[in-house]
This record gives sequence, structure tokens and C-alpha cells, in this order.
Amino acid sequence: MKKFNLIPVSLFGLVVANGCFAQQGPIPIVGLVELSGTGATAGTNFDNGVKLAVKEINAAGGILGRKIQYTSMDTQSAPQTAKALAQKAVDEKAYVVMGPVFSGSFIVSMAETKRAEIPNFTGGEAANITQQGNPYVFRTSFTQSTAMPKLARYIKDAVKAKTVAIVWVNNDFGKGGRDSMTKALEAQGIKVAADVSTDPGQVDFSAAVLKVKQSNADAAFVYTNEEESARALREFRKQGYAKPIIGETTLTGQKVIELAGDAANGAVAHVGLTVDAPQPQIKAFDQKFQAEYKYKSDHNGMKGYSGMYVVKAITEKVGKLDSKEFAKALHGATIRAKDYPGVLLDVHFDANGDLDRESFLVKVEGGKQVVTATLPPVSPIQ
Amino acid sequence: MSKTQRIALVIGLVLYAVLPQFLKSYGVYLMTLLCVYLMAAFGLNLIVGYAGQMSIGQAAFYGIGAYVAAILMTKMGISFWFALPIAAIACFVVGLALGFPALRVQHHYLAFATLGFNVLVFLVMRNEEDLTGGTFGISNIPRPSIFGYSLDGALPFFYFAFVSVILLAAVLWWLLRSPWGRAFAALRDNPIRAESTGVNITAYTLLAFAIGAACAGIGGVYLAALVNFIEPGQFSLSVSLLMLLAVIVGGSGRFFGPVLGSIVVVLLPEWLRFLQDWYLAIFGFAVIVLMVYLPGGLLSLGDRFKSGGGTR
Amino acid sequence: MVDLVQLIISGTATGAIYALCALGFTLLWQASGTINFAQGEFVMVPAFLMLFFINTAGLPMWVAFLLTCLVAMVLLGYTFKRAMVDPLIRHGVIPLVIATLGLSIGVKQLVKAGVTAQAQPFNSIFPDGLLSLGALKVSYMDVGTLVLAGLIVISLQTFLNRTVTGRAMQAVAQNTDSARVLGINVARMVLYTFLINAVLSVVAALLVTPTYLAKFDMGESIGLKAFYAAIIGGFNQTRGALLGGVLVGVLENLTGAYISPAYKEGVALMLFLVVIIFKPEGLLGKTEERKV
Repeated sequence: MKKFNLIPVSLFGLVVANGCFAQQGPIPIVGLVELSGTGATAGTNFDNGVKLAVKEINAAGGILGRKIQYTSMDTQSAPQTAKALAQKAVDEKAYVVMGPVFSGSFIVSMAETKRAEIPNFTGGEAANITQQGNPYVFRTSFTQSTAMPKLARYIKDAVKAKTVAIVWVNNDFGKGGRDSMTKALEAQGIKVAADVSTDPGQVDFSAAVLKVKQSNADAAFVYTNEEESARALREFRKQGYAKPIIGETTLTGQKVIELAGDAANGAVAHVGLTVDAPQPQIKAFDQKFQAEYKYKSDHNGMKGYSGMYVVKAITEKVGKLDSKEFAKALHGATIRAKDYPGVLLDVHFDANGDLDRESFLVKVEGGKQVVTATLPPVSPIQ
Repeated sequence: MSKTQRIALVIGLVLYAVLPQFLKSYGVYLMTLLCVYLMAAFGLNLIVGYAGQMSIGQAAFYGIGAYVAAILMTKMGISFWFALPIAAIACFVVGLALGFPALRVQHHYLAFATLGFNVLVFLVMRNEEDLTGGTFGISNIPRPSIFGYSLDGALPFFYFAFVSVILLAAVLWWLLRSPWGRAFAALRDNPIRAESTGVNITAYTLLAFAIGAACAGIGGVYLAALVNFIEPGQFSLSVSLLMLLAVIVGGSGRFFGPVLGSIVVVLLPEWLRFLQDWYLAIFGFAVIVLMVYLPGGLLSLGDRFKSGGGTR
Repeated sequence: MVDLVQLIISGTATGAIYALCALGFTLLWQASGTINFAQGEFVMVPAFLMLFFINTAGLPMWVAFLLTCLVAMVLLGYTFKRAMVDPLIRHGVIPLVIATLGLSIGVKQLVKAGVTAQAQPFNSIFPDGLLSLGALKVSYMDVGTLVLAGLIVISLQTFLNRTVTGRAMQAVAQNTDSARVLGINVARMVLYTFLINAVLSVVAALLVTPTYLAKFDMGESIGLKAFYAAIIGGFNQTRGALLGGVLVGVLENLTGAYISPAYKEGVALMLFLVVIIFKPEGLLGKTEERKV
């Protein structure tokens, strides 16, 4: 499953190459991705998505006639490693940096790309990433403050729950989601009956699930990373939990369904991207990804893939390779799927680097994600 | 130390001081990290190599130093120069408090106690969010300035850490050659005779443990300033295990053992990046082979060819 | 009250798995003075072996289990003893401990680099769902785990106490020299212990992997718990390992539910530290006589 990129970099190889961004030769793009550690599932998918897009773009002649040279580096899901590698990406004069996917790592590493004025795409969803006035940060997925209100409305209108138990993972991603969700639920007049924190990498969810059951809430909202989501779903099943289990994108990811098996059936989630969406360009992506990697992409694969196409679209709009101009042009930009099918859905970036587009409600049935509804963008894309 | 060894040492130091001039920021970062790591590893060598105790919790002290300094600097605005001794003393005291009961009972139980302590410290770092920032860690930790000269840049901070680790090593070198340090040699060579001549084994071992802990604390302060950010994952049990292996692979009980071991653990993976995860796999199995054929570590290789203690 | 009982039952089930690992741990210590820091990886490797036999070779679960037992006995039992323990134990405990630490890192990274860094699903041998005993609801998985682990422990105890070989093994554990004088083949008895440890690890893998998921680092947590359990109960007592395992499992569950999920491990950890400092021979252990 893991691909090797043979880049023998010695200390001597790090010796300064002077001059600024080269205007000839391949375009260096660096991926800071979680290829091991707790974020391995998310990071590997994101990386594979980027690689697929790069392969296609290069096969079609590259960007502005220049090939992309993509290098991925493993952050080991550790923020300090991500930060150090971000320095390395800056050293290598990356045009754009993709990742990290994990919010916790990104918040730490983005200081380096900001200082070097290099646009940095993240797969992270934590609300605070784009609230710090960093003009070089862009998302490939929704911020939690966009996603949670959509979901809270669904919990009120469709599930008709009066009380909800929240199970969340205690890291930047989980805490941000839990805070956004608590606010969104309050706005809908729904009570949080239990607030259960869990650890990153936690293996035993028996106490957490028991707490949810004790709370007697009408539904459970589970907001953890992929592997933990699978373990939680298995524990819910083991303890015979019969009420609705609702989540965000991570709860119903491909890997989660694979890991949780039958226990994933019935789980409902709001997802920003899913390969099971009805759009033809997403179907096409699904096929290409499966042909390349022999498995089904999750949302992170789509984030990496579409993010790379955003890079292509905006660079072509700017007309030259200029990191600063790129960042300026992306703020407020709209990219349409009919012009660039690789962005998968019409997408609009706001002044903070947050994005807006359609999203989906999915339910896991018979080990498959089924799209039950398509939700419109928060504000219509002009 | 023989004359050739002295010359080799000077050449090595000069090379190490000059090399960063030719490196980009990531390379400088790694070389600084090695200096910082070495501070903790020197301390661990004192415990493992000289006092003959297993400590599987050096990262806990590394972490206590880092957190004490980070909290003092970011939340209370105390300067690096005050935070540094406070963190070192804190680690020394905690080391005494942990080592005293553990060593009193049975000597090899210090290994178990440090292991449990490391996990406990990790839990506190992760869960006491008000104090430690929990999994979010503490960010924006400032770098110090010296006589009004800011050490913010990668190179100035490298030289600062480089000089600091040399000073620390010099202090340890002197300590081990003082009468107090000589008692260790006696202890290690013949504990029963040493005890009969009035060396209080427990007291000496305890002191060595606490000094080793303080060294880790100092390393932690530099780490916090180097990375500008700390979180619990940097101080987990596995970090302690790797550091222990580094010291033993280099050659525990030899003054320069930790240097070689730390290079193997910190710099070599970068050189051999194409090996990726295989690097640690090979490292792990190499440790086994080393234990079977060369239990004294890499530096004991020289002794195979010549008699005499060399750098001991 | 019902909750409490439920927490204790599911804690005991988890604890029973820890106990299996801890049992192997203490057996190795008694027979050969080995402190095995790769005990957790001894659980991880069989999990991947079973997955290989099931998914790649397409074998049914029970065949995969038996085959894994066989491979584990050769690899984690015989080879481990001959290639690592035998040449190292002469140098004392510490080089061997360091070597097992190396083994732990080596094996973990080998699986990560050579197999996969991602978690893999592993099906439980017990059905999903709950068994209702009045107000009390217990999952089949917990019941099954308790029954299976219990059976293993009882048969092991019977073997050790009732058979000639078992008694010979105990004699070796208590005093190697006098066992040799009695004409016991010490080397063989020690080898048996290593084989038993390998099988116990496979059973633990079978029971724990559905919850933990098969992943290269899954052994870190279970190895640590087994270690706590062995020390808490008494490093030189097989009964101690059982008590320690169950105690750690139950304490974790109760702490998680009533004190703080974030400090789930905390209370067992405190108990571990208290035992080391105040009762180093463990709750059930007798004072160490072995010269280390």
C-alpha cells in the first residue's frame, strides 16, 4: 500500500542552492503528510489523491507547460516533525505545500510556510486554522464552523432529537468540532446530554459508550479520527446501542467502514466529499483512483486530488509561477467543475481561505456509503 | 585521553561548528536538535553507564524541563535565563523524590519506577489542559537573547546550543574526575569492596540519577526554545526507550558514547532517508546483534583491537 | 449498581486478556530470568499472521489460529530463545532487556514498512450483541473472552500442577540448580515455557485484535498493561499475573467511568508505582531470592 519515493537526501544534499524560485524545470511541490502514526489513514489517502492529480496533470502537459515534481514527506502525525519538515519544504523552494492533514500538525507547521510566503493547503477542518489571519492558508475541506450548523439542522429536522451525547477526540480537530457542534446544537435548541472526551489513538471505548448509554440521549454524535471511529462503532455495536449514531465526514470514511465492518451500518454523516456522490466527474475520479490504487478513496483522497487541481486552475489564471500572486488570486476565487473537472465540485474560496461548495448526507447501508441528500452551499456560488 | 584522541575531538568540534554555515535551515535545525538531544543523553549516560541503573524515563525529565520553561516563559513572561535553572532544579528535585524510594527497595526497580513515571507524566501533560495546553501543546515559545543579541535565527541558536552542550559536557567531565566521580569507578568495578571502604552506594546512585535528570531538564528547555512548540507526544515512553538505546548503542559508560548513539538516532535517519521505515527496523535488529557481539556499544569496538580503557 | 456490575464484568474480560500476556511474561521470568519488553509485539505479530492465513491464504479461522500457534511457537518461542535469550542471558539481565527493546522496535517497524502502516480489521470469533441476565446486559464478546481466557488459565494451571512435566517446569522456575540435581532436563523445561508464552500470546491476539484492530503499534498498549499486571500481581507468581491483569482491567474501566476518561490508565498506573515502591514483590509475590 505504501509507495517508496527514493530521494536520497544527505546533509550535503541540503547545501544551499542560491537564487530564488526557478523559472525553469519542474515545479517543486511538497506534501507534508501523515504516512504513519495516528493519522496514517488520512495522510496516505490525501497523499495518494495528490499523486494521482499530479500524474494526470503531468500527462496532460503540466501547468503552464511545466511538469510538477511532487515530493511527499512523512510527518509521522507529530506536530514538531511537521514543523521541521515544513522548514525543509521551504528550503527546497516549494511552490505550494500540500498538508498536513491533521489540524494539530497544521497549526504548528503553517508558521513556517507563512514566513516563507508559500501557499499551504490543509486537509484539516479545525475552525481556528483560518481564524488567525494567515493569508497563505487554504482549505481542501469545510471548516467545522460551516459543517456543524448543517449537521445540527439535520439532527433537529430529520432525527428529531431533543438531546445528543457527544463523543469527541481530545485533539485540535476533535475539540474544535465539539465546540462548533455544541454551539450549533444550542442554536437549534438541542441539549447536550453527555460530553465524552476520548484520547487520540484510544483503543478501548467501553467506558465512553457506556457513558453515552447512561445519558439516555436521543442520538449520539461521534467526532473522532478514522481508526478511533471504527473502534467506537464496534463498541457501540458490541454494547447493543440502538439509537442513531451521527457524525461528520470521518465517521463514514471508507477505511472506517472497512475496519468497523457491520458495526458501521446505520451510521449517518454529513460529508464534504464522497466518491458515492452522483456527479459524473466524481464517478470518473472514483474509477481512476481505484484503477491506480486498487481501493476506494475516502474524502481525504478527494481533498488532495481536488486541492492539486485548484493549484493548476489558479496558477493558470495568474499566468505565471508566483507564490504570492497565487495566494492573492485564490482569495475570493470561484472554480467551476465544468472548466476544471478535477476540482470535482464548483468551489468558492473566501477571504480567509475557507471554501464553500455542495455537501452530502450519507448513510452506511450494507457496508456502503449511500448518499441520502445533497445539501446546497451555504451561499450560492455565483 | 590520549593525544590523538584530543586532536580528533578538536577536529570534530571544529567541523561541527563550521558545517552549518553550508546548510539550509532544515539541516541547521537537525544539527541543533542533536546538541539538544545530547544534553539529555549525556545525563542518561551518567545514570546508565556510570551508576549502572536502567532509566526508562529520561523523556519524562526532558518533558518536565521543557514544560516548566515553556510555562514560565509564555504564561508568566519569565526570561529564559531564569527558566533554565528553575527547570533544571525542578528535575533534580523530582529525580530525588522518585529515585529515593525506588532505590531504597531494590536496585533494578528504578527501571520500572521510571517507566511508570514516564507514562504518568505523559498523562498529566496531556490532560491538565489549563496548565500544559493538553494535546494542543504550548506554542510561541520564545528563543532567548544574550547581552541584547537575539538568538532567534537558526544559526545563532545553533551556536548557542552548541556552546551550551560543550559546557554541560565539560561540567560532567570534571564531575566524573572529581573524588566523587572516582567513587563511581570504584563502584562499577567492585561494588562490594567499594561499599566496605565506606562508599554509600545508594546515596551515590541517587545523586547520579538526579543529576542525570537535571541534564535532561536542561535539554528540555533548549528543545522548547528550538522548536518553539511542545506537546506531550515529544515526551512519550517511546522517546525514552529510543534514548536509552541510543546511549547503549553508542557505548554506555564511555564519555563519548552518547554522542555516537545520538548521531545514529537523530542524524543518520536523515542521511538514510531513502530507507524510510526500514531504518528503524534495521536499527532495532542491529541493537540485538550488538548486544550479542558487542554489549559495550560501538565505542567498545576500539578495545577489541587494543588493550586499555581508551576514553573511559 | 447495574452499571457498576457491568463495568466490572467488561473490565474483567479486558483484564483477562492482559492476564494472558502477563502470565507469559512471568513464566519467562521465572524459568529463565528474561524480562521481555517485546511482549506486546508478541501479540501483534500473531494478529498479522492470522490475518495473512485468513485473507491471503483463504483459510478458515480455526485453521489459521492453529497454524499461527505453530508458527508462533517456532518464531516467538524457539527462535526467540535460541537466537536471543540463550546467547544473552549469560551477560545478565540488562543486555537482554536492551535486546528485547531492540526487538520490539525492529518488529514494529518491520511490520510498518513491510506490511502496512494502517490498521486492519480483524473479526471477532464471538457474535455481536448482548446477553441479558435480568437488568444486566453483557456482550457475547466479553462472556466469550472470559470463558476462553478462563479455560486457558485453568488448563495451564492443571498442566503445571498435575503433570510430571508441569511440575518439573515449576521446579526449574523455583531453583534451577536443585532441579538439575534432581535430574530434570532444565533446558527442555525452559524451552517449554517459551513455547507456552508464544501460544498465550496468540490467544491474546485472537481476543484483543477485534477491539484494538491489527496495527503495527497495537502491542505498545497491551505490552505495557501486561507489564503493569505482572508487577502489580507479583513478578514471580503465576497467580499474581492473573490478579494483576484483572485488577488493571477493572480499575481502568471504573476510573474511565467514574473519575475521568482521560486518566483511565491513571489509577492502575498509580497502583503500579505504589507496588514498586512499597511492595516490590507484588501483591501476591514472595520476596525475590533469585540472584540477578
